[in-house]
Amino acid sequence: MRLASIPLSAWIGLAGIALALICALFAPLIAPYGETQVVGEVWLPPGGDFLLGTDNLGRDLLSRLIFGARTTVLVALAATVLSFSLGMALSFTAAVTGGFIDQLFSRFNDLMMAIPTLIFALVVLAVLPQHLWILILVMAVLDSTRVFRIGRAVALDVAVMEFVEAARLRGEGPIWIVFREILPNTLSPLLAEFGLRFAFSILFLSTLSFLGLGIQPPAADWGGMVKDNKDGIIFGISAALVPGAAIACLAISVNLVVDWMMKRTSSLKGGRGDA
Amino acid sequence: MPELLTVKDLRIEATSYPPGEAPKTVTLVDGVSFSVEKGRVLGLIGESGAGKSTIGLSALAYGRGGARITGGAVTLNDTDILTLGRSGVRSVRGAKVCYVAQSAAAAFNPAHRLGEQVIEASLRHRIMSRDDAEARALHLFRILGLPNPETFGRRFPHQVSGGQLQRAMTAMALCPNPELIVFDEPTTALDVTTQIEVLAAIKHAIEETHTAALYITHDLAVVAQIADDIMVLRHGKTVEYGTTRQIIEAPGQDYTKALVSVRQIARPEAADQSTPILTIDRVSASYGNGFKVLHDVSLTLPKGQTLAIVGESGSGKSTLARVITGLLPPSEGRITFDGQELPKALKGRSKEQLRRIQMIYQMADTAMNPRQTVREIIGRPISFYEGIHGAKKTERVRQLLDQIEMGDRFLDRYPAELSGGQKQRVAIARALAAKPELILCDEPTSALDPLVAEGILKLLLKLQEETHVSYVFITHDIAIVRAIADSVAVMHRGRLVRFGPKSQALSPPFDAYTDLLLKSVPEMEIGWLERVLATRRMESAGN
Amino acid sequence: MAAAPNPAGPVDPLAAGETSLVSLSDAGLAAPHSSASARGPWRRFLQRSPLAALVIQRLALSIALLFAVSIMIFGGIEALPGDFATTYLGQSATPQAVANIRADLGLDRPVTTRYVEWLGGALQGDFGTSWASRNSVSEQIGKRLGNSLFLAFFAALISIPLAVGLGMLAVQYRNRLPDKIINVVSLAAISLPEFFVGYLLIMVFAVQYGVATFPATVFDGMGFFDRLSAIALPVATLVLVVLAHMMRMTRAAILNVMSSAYVETAELKGLSAFRIIARHAAPNAVAPVVNVIALNLAYLVVGVVVVEVVFVYPGMGQYMVDAVTVRDMPVVQACGLIFAAFYIFLNMAADLIAIVANPRLRHPR
Repeated sequence: MRLASIPLSAWIGLAGIALALICALFAPLIAPYGETQVVGEVWLPPGGDFLLGTDNLGRDLLSRLIFGARTTVLVALAATVLSFSLGMALSFTAAVTGGFIDQLFSRFNDLMMAIPTLIFALVVLAVLPQHLWILILVMAVLDSTRVFRIGRAVALDVAVMEFVEAARLRGEGPIWIVFREILPNTLSPLLAEFGLRFAFSILFLSTLSFLGLGIQPPAADWGGMVKDNKDGIIFGISAALVPGAAIACLAISVNLVVDWMMKRTSSLKGGRGDA
Repeated sequence: MPELLTVKDLRIEATSYPPGEAPKTVTLVDGVSFSVEKGRVLGLIGESGAGKSTIGLSALAYGRGGARITGGAVTLNDTDILTLGRSGVRSVRGAKVCYVAQSAAAAFNPAHRLGEQVIEASLRHRIMSRDDAEARALHLFRILGLPNPETFGRRFPHQVSGGQLQRAMTAMALCPNPELIVFDEPTTALDVTTQIEVLAAIKHAIEETHTAALYITHDLAVVAQIADDIMVLRHGKTVEYGTTRQIIEAPGQDYTKALVSVRQIARPEAADQSTPILTIDRVSASYGNGFKVLHDVSLTLPKGQTLAIVGESGSGKSTLARVITGLLPPSEGRITFDGQELPKALKGRSKEQLRRIQMIYQMADTAMNPRQTVREIIGRPISFYEGIHGAKKTERVRQLLDQIEMGDRFLDRYPAELSGGQKQRVAIARALAAKPELILCDEPTSALDPLVAEGILKLLLKLQEETHVSYVFITHDIAIVRAIADSVAVMHRGRLVRFGPKSQALSPPFDAYTDLLLKSVPEMEIGWLERVLATRRMESAGN
Repeated sequence: MAAAPNPAGPVDPLAAGETSLVSLSDAGLAAPHSSASARGPWRRFLQRSPLAALVIQRLALSIALLFAVSIMIFGGIEALPGDFATTYLGQSATPQAVANIRADLGLDRPVTTRYVEWLGGALQGDFGTSWASRNSVSEQIGKRLGNSLFLAFFAALISIPLAVGLGMLAVQYRNRLPDKIINVVSLAAISLPEFFVGYLLIMVFAVQYGVATFPATVFDGMGFFDRLSAIALPVATLVLVVLAHMMRMTRAAILNVMSSAYVETAELKGLSAFRIIARHAAPNAVAPVVNVIALNLAYLVVGVVVVEVVFVYPGMGQYMVDAVTVRDMPVVQACGLIFAAFYIFLNMAADLIAIVANPRLRHPR
């Protein structure tokens, strides 16, 4: 793969993701003020000392945005990694084992997917105590149903290929078959799927936080910042829109990269149909 | 005779988008010229990728999947159809030139009845009234030998069989009384015994309607029955162009010679067939849903020899291979290998038992992991079965590459970087690497160019001499059976209908099915179709 | 059946609006003998009238799913750690107070008894009393469900024709400028969180130009047109959010049909572009497109929750979110069950449409 073959849209996406990651990793170094530090009046307009103004408690919006990147990106990433590991492990087990295990997992997955994710999350979070790790776990478990479905389909596609049959005839064990025969051939669609799940996790986390069920204050996170500042909207104060735009930009960036990866994957398969 | 269609210096290009690279232009057809007179049939023959479909579609000024006609002229009745505008092209398509696709099942619209689709072009081009079109469709259904022609048109595509759909597609092409029909492999997707009927119907219909045709196929024996002239194509270029008699009886080019003579290999069967390596004893098998696919099959294969299993698709020949490998455990019966009964299921077999039976597949593309190099593919059985690693393993891989007549420069290539024949050779090397005593070959040459296929067959025979390995060779191609088998098994609908040494199995007296099968396989001989049809008519008259 | 490409393309289906619960092959379409081979009479029925059999099968599956979901919503909560009474009382949880409140709410009785009572009540439209307000849950839901449906109905009414139109436009200009613009814009649109779109619209239309109202209050006795103007912004938000998905999936569904062999056949018959689309593509595209629409409407269920919170709109979504924050379990369970029921119903509708539109089933051999 050559760098020149990456389209502009993917570059924009990559740049957006890189920016968010830098903010997440080096937040204390970059941010002009502290995460919870009250620095001035409530809802000061952008400009002057405070590039983006201040929030509903007089904290610097830019600093909170940078710290928020850390929470939002890292929690979303953790949930995605976890949901991916869980979904892949279960789906590959189902696809390779087949039979009863496959039926059991698949039917249970259908049941989980019969309830909309957000509704499911609302019901579960109403009961569970509010801890960060519980939030990540709930997001991961709910999201892993989607990973399971895709992972199983992809693994089954490859598992019926003759080279996998050849490996089984050779007497190879399931570990070899999964890791050496199937996985290397499913990497690119799964990588794209990982991107999709990550974009979804960002939006989902932000939505939960916005509804007051995600990250708990005073920690800064983008969805929560929208909630904090939403009352300013009627007074024409745009403090709530800034973190909202940040979420949108990050999700767009991820989707642009995914879009490009999917096109690459499909052109891998798509030959021209000459006979 | 006036020329109906003249194609001159045709050049067709397409743009391919290799992943991670800049798009590049590929030439599909280069400098092809031919002409078709009124009422004559030209056969276009070549392997897949020879560009024959692309050429056929150029007669309708159509490029499939982004193919562009970039040079030359396609003249129909003194008009270059490539220079026509959109409405001009539309008035040619479906009126003057019609097309019969390889897969009629996909080419018919599932939402409409067959009759409507057959007469649609005639009505839309205002060639005839609805009543006339319906009458003509009925007439064509009769000529083409479709069952219940009066009601056939009221059926939906999914309600009739593949052979009937293919004939319905021919009726659809013939209905508007076109001057030229392009037949694009119309019988390739069919079984041999069905193929002969469709072929006869098409031939009869062409004669009745005096239409001209381009007949595209990869099977020279088929085209010899129908075409007046033949053009042999390879890699988008003309190899040879002449009358059918000339091509069949006096081919000028090596490639054509290979196509005509098919197998220059002729091996006498082994005299001694007494010590068996594999015995299949009254084996039956079913799929999980209770559908029985094998009924009471018994076979033996002597050591160091080749057993050919012949049959059409659905005959159970590939299922039998799956039963032998243990992928599909038999519901009844026993399989004995070298004097020991094999556990039925794959899971029950020891590593040593697995090592001794290896398999080669039809599609080498899908039989090899595209993410592994030749070194890894061939080397894995060596390290898996014998625990040999490192330099010693590489040495063995080199020897194997040498045995399959490929050099060690291929060591670090990926399957995608190999040609079809090379891939199949690597697959053979992978099987050999396990030092097996039996190799199951599931149609290993049917996806290959005939020249390449012959090389593979020769290689298999050479390896048998060197290593005394036994083969179970599954095929639908009688010519290959004649060339390489020691004993022959004929299968039909999951049953063994004939089994014995080649000399006996392939000579009369025959059972009914073997007779039908042998007679249905097109022979490289002009007039074969008429002869077979005449015999059939005589037989049915005699009854 | 070849592996179907993801119809949504590179679209994230957000809250799974995309996936139908049962693929057609699971429903026994691909291999009628495989799923029902054990039961003779059913198998015969399946062969004789596959359409009716599959419809019945799909309806039965939905009922089973709904039942299973009710167990998950009720029983799943019981199984999760954390005692309501303890959490409910917070810091002031003395053992005596906890016991009192448990007895008060009926939590001291066995789970199964409570589940049977709850489900029995729910089937008759009685969801018990709210813990927080001590009001009848059904009464509240009765008022709010209508409001939510009102909102969702208008969102659907606007987004469906728009999505289908834009999808067809994109197909017509495939890989040309209009298609590329639609692609980029819709890709961006699916990445926008609903609340961001909502507040942006409020900021522009309610605050800066004052042409719309905020919050979107509706009350009993309000005139129809007043209601319409009140929900203008929430509907616009929902439309923007659903539209992009629906449009992308419509485009993919139509493209799939347009690249089929029978459309090529029609083209090689020399038919006009209009006839190819109207006669050959459309009858086969209707089913996948309607399927896409039904799936996306299921997504409205989720969208409605957030949008109602943003606009302070008195619907089911806001009711549920408020209940979740105060852990008012009867309300959470009731709302959860109703949302899930709608979702299951729309998914079922999508599958049924696909089954009914299949000519193989309508005209069995």
